[in-house]
Amino acid sequence: MFPRPIEKASPPAKALYKIALPVALIIWLLPLLAVALTSLRSQADILNGNYWGWPTSFNMLENYTAIFENTPIGQYILNSFRVTIPTVIGAVGLSCMTGFALAVYKFKGNLILFFLFVAGNFVPFQILMVPVRDFTVSLGIYNTISGLALFHIAFQTGFCTLFMRNFIKALPFELVEAARVEGVSEIRIFWYVVLPLMKPAIAALSVLIFTFIWNDYFWAMVLTQGADTQPITAGLNSLNGQWVSSWHLVSAGSIVAAMPPVIMFFLMQRHFIAGLTLGAVK
Amino acid sequence: MRDFWRTNQQRLAPVLFLLPGLLMFIVYVIVPIFQSVEISFYEWDGLGEKEYVGIGNYVELMDDEAFYTSLKNNVIWLVLYMLAIPAGLFVALFLNQNVRGIRIYKSLFFFPFVISQVVVGLVFSWFYDPSYGLFNKVLGFFGAEPMAILADEDWVTYGIIIAGLWPQTAYCMILYLTGLNAVDSEQIEAARLDNAKGLKLLWYIILPQLRPATFIAMVVTIIGALRSFDLVSIMTNGGPWGSSRVLAFYMYEQAFSEYGFRMGYGAAIAVVLFAIMMIYIASFLYKMYRDERGH
Repeated sequence: MFPRPIEKASPPAKALYKIALPVALIIWLLPLLAVALTSLRSQADILNGNYWGWPTSFNMLENYTAIFENTPIGQYILNSFRVTIPTVIGAVGLSCMTGFALAVYKFKGNLILFFLFVAGNFVPFQILMVPVRDFTVSLGIYNTISGLALFHIAFQTGFCTLFMRNFIKALPFELVEAARVEGVSEIRIFWYVVLPLMKPAIAALSVLIFTFIWNDYFWAMVLTQGADTQPITAGLNSLNGQWVSSWHLVSAGSIVAAMPPVIMFFLMQRHFIAGLTLGAVK
Repeated sequence: MRDFWRTNQQRLAPVLFLLPGLLMFIVYVIVPIFQSVEISFYEWDGLGEKEYVGIGNYVELMDDEAFYTSLKNNVIWLVLYMLAIPAGLFVALFLNQNVRGIRIYKSLFFFPFVISQVVVGLVFSWFYDPSYGLFNKVLGFFGAEPMAILADEDWVTYGIIIAGLWPQTAYCMILYLTGLNAVDSEQIEAARLDNAKGLKLLWYIILPQLRPATFIAMVVTIIGALRSFDLVSIMTNGGPWGSSRVLAFYMYEQAFSEYGFRMGYGAAIAVVLFAIMMIYIASFLYKMYRDERGH
């Protein structure tokens, strides 16, 4: 193990490490802690410039009800779910199939198609922006949840295919061969032999894509406008304009916006990290 | 029909499985790249007639000061964003221990990456606020004059990059933690027996084994730096006077600004950004290709 395990260090070093750990964490998360604390502050605290001291009173209920009652933040959150969930299902579903095709079959152009997905996944969004917006308008789904979700599904299929293909490639190919010898059809091989083994990959991708799409800001700005369709990221931006220096409300809104991916991360931590660090170890 | 399927299924199945995903990807990702290149040769407000101007938009770019500002900022982003890699390694080394509760610490350190950049941007705008932000409290503590980082042409880009480094460091940290988990302990012990210690051990034994993690960290950091849009949009909206623009933001601004839609000009900026990105995409693909051949 590197660095040397701290248990083997001298007692003072050990004690120092035990102190350094929480101190470092607090400094690291200081901006977030401040936001969390400020989301509980009263209007009076904000007016008096008490941003970093202890709140004079805790107004959790007031602040959080205020943002839900006076702003469409509930609608924004709902929109985010309505974009994110279909995207997760769509992109993961499509890439199970494309990943399977690229990993199991040898055909001409296999590697080129694979590289097409990989390369497409890295392009800057801006090169897609004008045509995608145009295309969405021409389909009549500009400023709709489905317009935004359709694009996300298509784009995320690139990353998901990279992930799935490499995952399936690492599975023992003998399974597929054995099934073929038994005369099992290709579609049944996909469904009954390979798909059950892909559960960890599906879980990892689902949490990752959930977080990516939930946090998407650019496409929300390009493809939607107004509280009826905008997800929380774009919504928070416009609320920030309304809440000029009502920092307790901005903070409460930020906390609400950050919650779903944070909960997702804590529930599915192992899968999340497995997905993110794919390829970090040989 | 049935027999045809049965005899040819090994050739038909991949087509069947690929078709839906590939079709969506081509329609929404591959084709638009070429369309953007085409649009960049036109003057177009997004609604009316397109007017062919040849390389007119590119010629205009050459004389556009805002374009050079954006380009320069992109280079600054690219260079400074790379700090996330050593910073991530440093945090990972700090956390790679087996004390009680370390798993919670690791996930809490990873936190900034999970939350949206919109929230990160809001948090940092507040952190930098000249009248009550913590940054200026600290400056005041050392007796320095308050600074309005986000309103200062010379500092604004650095201020935004620091906000970006926060989640990016967390990302690199998690890559290195995973990498450190897999280093060969026998090699380390052997090196220790030879009296290798500290930085030397890190440089000659550990880092070579972390190469895959470093590679991924570089890829995601470069892409992240070139994609920087969210933070600029949230924290400064390109200001003050356009001094914090990056190409991604400038493109959006030109295409959808309140001064009228200039889709063609925006597309030309996007093509430049794409060309820069292509260098990295190509080298990434080249490495993948070599790995594939190696199998």
